[in-house]
Amino acid sequence: MAITDTPTGYGSVSRALHWTMAAAIIVLFGLGLWMVGLDYYSPYYQSAPDVHRSIGILVFVALVLRSGWRLGNVKPDDSDLAPFARTASRAVHRAFYVLLFVLTISGYFISTSDGRPIEVFGLFRVPSAIQSVGLEDAAGLVHRWTAYGIMVLASVHTAAAIWHHAFERRHTLSRMWSGPA
Amino acid sequence: MTFRIPSLVVAAVVAFIGPASAADYIIDTKGGHASINFRIPHLGYSWLVGRFDTFSGSFSYDATNPAAARISVDIDTASLNSNHAERDKHLRGPDYLDTAQFPKASFVTTSITPKGAGKADITGDLTLRGVTKSVTIAAEAVGGGDDPWGGVRQGFSGRTTLVLADFGIVKELGPASKQVELDLQIEGVRK
Repeated sequence: MAITDTPTGYGSVSRALHWTMAAAIIVLFGLGLWMVGLDYYSPYYQSAPDVHRSIGILVFVALVLRSGWRLGNVKPDDSDLAPFARTASRAVHRAFYVLLFVLTISGYFISTSDGRPIEVFGLFRVPSAIQSVGLEDAAGLVHRWTAYGIMVLASVHTAAAIWHHAFERRHTLSRMWSGPA
Repeated sequence: MTFRIPSLVVAAVVAFIGPASAADYIIDTKGGHASINFRIPHLGYSWLVGRFDTFSGSFSYDATNPAAARISVDIDTASLNSNHAERDKHLRGPDYLDTAQFPKASFVTTSITPKGAGKADITGDLTLRGVTKSVTIAAEAVGGGDDPWGGVRQGFSGRTTLVLADFGIVKELGPASKQVELDLQIEGVRK
């Protein structure tokens, strides 16, 4: 079983990162939308944001690891894709990295702009880096719209992966699910 | 020869120059000797205290004719500060002050009822979250006179209570938290 990526598919590290991050990001999106509408007296009013922040920090850590892993590994071959599909797929992948950094960092600023740290599942604290009055508002706006943008991107990415796999028989899903052939 | 000025004339002169002798003051936000503070019960277990950091205003005041005093204040609602950025963000949002929609709050006097001993009820129109409502502030002149730097100052404090729902703030904060108290500390520097 390949640990690193090969021209024919993704290794176990990439696959583990891909699927856990995908699951975490979708959970965070739903949790985020739900928690901002909670009543003050909801039993989850405190814990839902705590969990959201904690998972968010872990997603950021995974994102850093994954960026390093991506740069240090060969990319599975996509030369058989049509030029348009190839350009589009690369653009979507790059946009994911950029937007996920923007998303996680803006979320961090919402919670830390007054100097408070973020506590991750009560295990450790990430201290505040920048204190600025009103930063939480700008960061909140960026966080919200980046999250929507990532969900649009994820829909395009999922639809394209299924399309290439099912209708073009390119094993797109297998190379991310079971790894290199 | 005695020269007596009839008391009626004195009264007429005082009445004439009285309003004219009222001095105009700028609220000293520059030096930070004024604050607009609020407090609201948290769950009924404690008081949550906050303030608006940015506002401006002026008043006219004559100690001999307090009923003629006038005050107007404009508040930057987004400058709300309760010492917790996430809470401030929430309070600025549509659930509460909706500061994107209503960036300004204001207060302008309509009438003043002196109560003696430096106290007065200041009634005015408070505009908050797009709703204008008459409110009465229980005010007290704290002191006034020359300052050590060549100016003249006059200071007041005031208190009033607002019902959140009156200003369209209906997001539930619990049964103990339906009203907010305003605590106003105002010092003016004479123009």
